[in-house]
Parts: sequence; C-alpha cells; structure tokens
Amino acid sequence: MQVPVTEGVFTWPSDEPRLIGSKCLECGNHMFPVQSGCPRCTAANTEQVELSRRGTLWTWTIQGFPPKAPPYMGNTDPATFEAFGVGYVELPGEVKVETRLTVADPEQLNIGMEMEMVIVPLTTDDDGNEVVTFAFAPVEGSQS
Amino acid sequence: MSSVSSDDVAIVGIGMHEFGRHPGVSGMEQGAIAVRRACVDAGVSWQDIQFAFGGSAAAGAPDTMVSQLGLTGLQFINVANGCATGGSALISAYNMIKAGAYDLGIAVGFDKHERGAFRVNTKSSGLGDWYGASGMALTTQFFGMKINRYMQENNISHSTLAKVSEKAFHNGSLNPMAWRRKPLSEAEVLESAMLSYPLTQYMFCSPGEGGVALILCRADQAHKYSDKPIFLRSAVVRSRRFGSFEVLAPSLSIEHNAGPTVDASQAAFEAAGLGPEDIDVAQLQDTESGAEIMHMAENGFCEHGEQEHMLQMGETQIGGRLPINTDGGCLANGEPIGASGLRQVYENVLQLRGDAGARQVPNDPKVAYTHVYGAPGISGVTILSR
Repeated sequence: MQVPVTEGVFTWPSDEPRLIGSKCLECGNHMFPVQSGCPRCTAANTEQVELSRRGTLWTWTIQGFPPKAPPYMGNTDPATFEAFGVGYVELPGEVKVETRLTVADPEQLNIGMEMEMVIVPLTTDDDGNEVVTFAFAPVEGSQS
Repeated sequence: MSSVSSDDVAIVGIGMHEFGRHPGVSGMEQGAIAVRRACVDAGVSWQDIQFAFGGSAAAGAPDTMVSQLGLTGLQFINVANGCATGGSALISAYNMIKAGAYDLGIAVGFDKHERGAFRVNTKSSGLGDWYGASGMALTTQFFGMKINRYMQENNISHSTLAKVSEKAFHNGSLNPMAWRRKPLSEAEVLESAMLSYPLTQYMFCSPGEGGVALILCRADQAHKYSDKPIFLRSAVVRSRRFGSFEVLAPSLSIEHNAGPTVDASQAAFEAAGLGPEDIDVAQLQDTESGAEIMHMAENGFCEHGEQEHMLQMGETQIGGRLPINTDGGCLANGEPIGASGLRQVYENVLQLRGDAGARQVPNDPKVAYTHVYGAPGISGVTILSR
C-alpha cells in the first residue's frame, strides 16, 4: 500500500490531493506547512486550510547529485540515482511552496509555466509500503 | 582615522590556520593555532586576552579550547549563527569593547566538516523531517533556484557565472593560505559537472577546514599593539524580514522584500558614515558564483544586472575598479563555517596594512568591506578602515 512521507502536510489518500497550510485570521497571510504564528503580522491566530492545487513555476533547479541520507529517504546510489527537479510554485493569492518537480530537464522547465500538484513515489519502507510525497507537474500544454 | 574616541574599536592582531583539509589536525587545534598566531601578530600573550567569543558549527564547543591555550579564567562565550557565526563572534567582541566592558579581546572561529554538501539537520533548523526526507533540505538547491530566476530577470549569462569562479581560483593561486590554488579557466568551470542547475561543480565552494582569530582592542590603545591598527567602522548582523527569499524555506510569501543583506549593508554604511563609493576592496559571501553576483547588488555596489558588464570587463579583479574576494573567497578557500566570516576580515586587514603580497590591491586601499550570508536568512557586514 501507499503511505505518505508524513501526516499533516498534504491530504492523503485523495483523488485531488492538496497541501495543508495555515491562514492568518488577522491579516489573511497564507503559510506552508501549518504553523500557529504569522510571520507577517506576528499574530498567533491561524486556521488550517487546504491550499490551491494549481499555480505557476516561480523558479527552479535540478538536483544533480544524490542528497545525503539521512535525511534523504529516496535513492542515493550514485549508479542509479536520477536527477530530480525542485522549484517554488506560486499558488495565486496564497503562498509560494517549495516542491519536487516531476520534470528534470532544463529544456522543459520555464519560469511562469502552469503547474499542478501530484503525488509521487519516494522509496519503499521496511514493510514493503510505497512511501509517497508531493510534487508539481507541468500542466499539459503549458509553456509559460 | 583622524580622531580616535574611547569607544572606537581596532583590530591589532590577526591569525589564521591554513584552509583546506588537514587529516589528523582537529578543528579546535586549528582554532588554537590561529589564536597563537594572532597573539604573536599583536605582540601579546594569551594571558593578556580579557575575553573571547568563539564559533564552530561542527568541531566542538569553542570555549573548551582554553584547556589547550591556558586556563586564565577569561570570559569565553560561544557563538552559533549558521554561516554568519564568524561575523557574529566579531560583532559580539566589537560591542563588548564599545560598551567599555573590556579593553582587549579576541574573536575566534574554526571548523572541520565532512566531505560533500552540508548535511542539514532538519530538526535543529525548525523544519519537519519530511522536508529532508523528500529531498529538499539542501542549501545548494536554494543557490541554484535564486540565481536561476535572477539570471532571467537581470540578463546574467552562464559565462559571467563562470567568470566569478575563474577569478576566485586565480586569486586563490596567489594566496598561500587558500585551499584551492590551481587556476581554472572559464571553460573548465562551465564544463564541470552540473550539480544544481545552473551551477556547476566549480561554481560551488565546499565545506572545509580552517581557523581564524582576530584580536580587538580599544582604538585609543591600538598603537600599543600594532604599527598598523585597522579600525572597525561598523559591524552589523541582520535577520530576515517578511517577504525575503531565503535558504531552507519550505514556502515563501507572495509579497517580496529585499532580504537581510540589503538591511545589514545599509545599516553598516550608515553607522560608518560611508557609502559604497568609498569602498576600495570587498569580500562578499560567495558560497557559489551566483551568490557573489547577487551580493554585489544587494550590498549596494551596483544596480541589478550591471554585474554582467562588470565581470566581463574584469572590474572586480584585483587590479580592477572594485576588487572582490581578493583571497579567493569561499570558492577557493572552502567554508569552515565558524571561521569563514572571520577569514574575510583577516583578508581585509592584510589588504589595508599593505601586507597582502602577490594579491595586494594596488593604489593603497583605505576602506574595506565584508559580507557573510547564511541560513536561515542572516547577513553580517563589517566596514574597516586604516
């Protein structure tokens, strides 16, 4: 079965998974992940909200070498490691979230292109479960 | 300096342990060697030092080094502030003297890191375990993402990114204390492995080893210790404000703010009564080549985008209009976190004394500038003058 890398960061299981953040009840600022205090206005009065599933790519890079484990849970074998994209996706009117990208080719990534949240496999745990995390994928046909 | 007041602060002794890799020599030992060299430089003994601030991220609690240096009972306070640890030790020592609490003290930093990119402890950074587990807790990614957007917004070329590294390794080749002393061409930099697009292997500095110590005193007593005292005109550390784009951030706000480097720089210039046009030599945080480019503008030395022309024309080389990272910077020296910010000040003291040898900036530099940046969004700036 599939298990999330953690609880409380994205809705799962779900046909339309969303990131879980906070909204400040004083100034309306959105935060990700959930937190109790607002860095914008300093109030400590927030509510939990589900964030938008779609946004635009604000910037990106490509992770070209295996991250250290720990903390990384994915494949760190230099022989089979596959580069992966990382970026910030701006969710309109909410917040920019840092995320893995499903694309790792500089030719296919453009600042401003439309992105949508998906769930991707990360690793397999000791019990044979597939551990999944969130990522953003280019929306079909979007070229910024 | 024309008039010296009793609360001004001078640097009268500098000591450094070579940066690089030193198997069999602990980080703390390297710090102790730097302290002894600084004492020799100032003509004082360890017994004369009244207080110390020390920083190390990975090589032990600095105050335990007194067991090697001598148990004199001095006030020794440990400082931990990420990549700005060295700068924070210095500002602490600076203000201790300015406050009139002591006359003579030392700021020391050292480190010894494992090979490869920094391993981020997500818990101690206030981040969830999922963040590192998912492959996002890498400082290198931030650098790639920040410069990637910056290059597009400001028309910075890949060639210019590589020219920063080419300059760094050239300057490092002139510096006997540097780790990497082999010059590399722009082409060699561009052709090295792509680590975090658009940044290649030779555009990144590496975590390393080394130690630096600086002895500070009341400015009105400086000539007791040094024929060429260097005066600290200002020392400022700032943390981030809402809306800035920082390393190890699972999210950023929609609103934009320029970030802690701009704040620290402006405050440091104001406190010193100086402006960017007064600076003769600058050491700017260059954890990778993109950082040096962005920090040139964030520290007020040019408009965003002007770096393309400045780098292509060689204006930041040792003989250029504004020499930057004359000792090879983090790129050629590596980054032992506790020592790195103090290395920048060490280099500026050498330059202002006229003692920088083969890499001496010409035309008798009088005012020098340092800048460090680190997680989770802090910047430290110092301005020094003769």
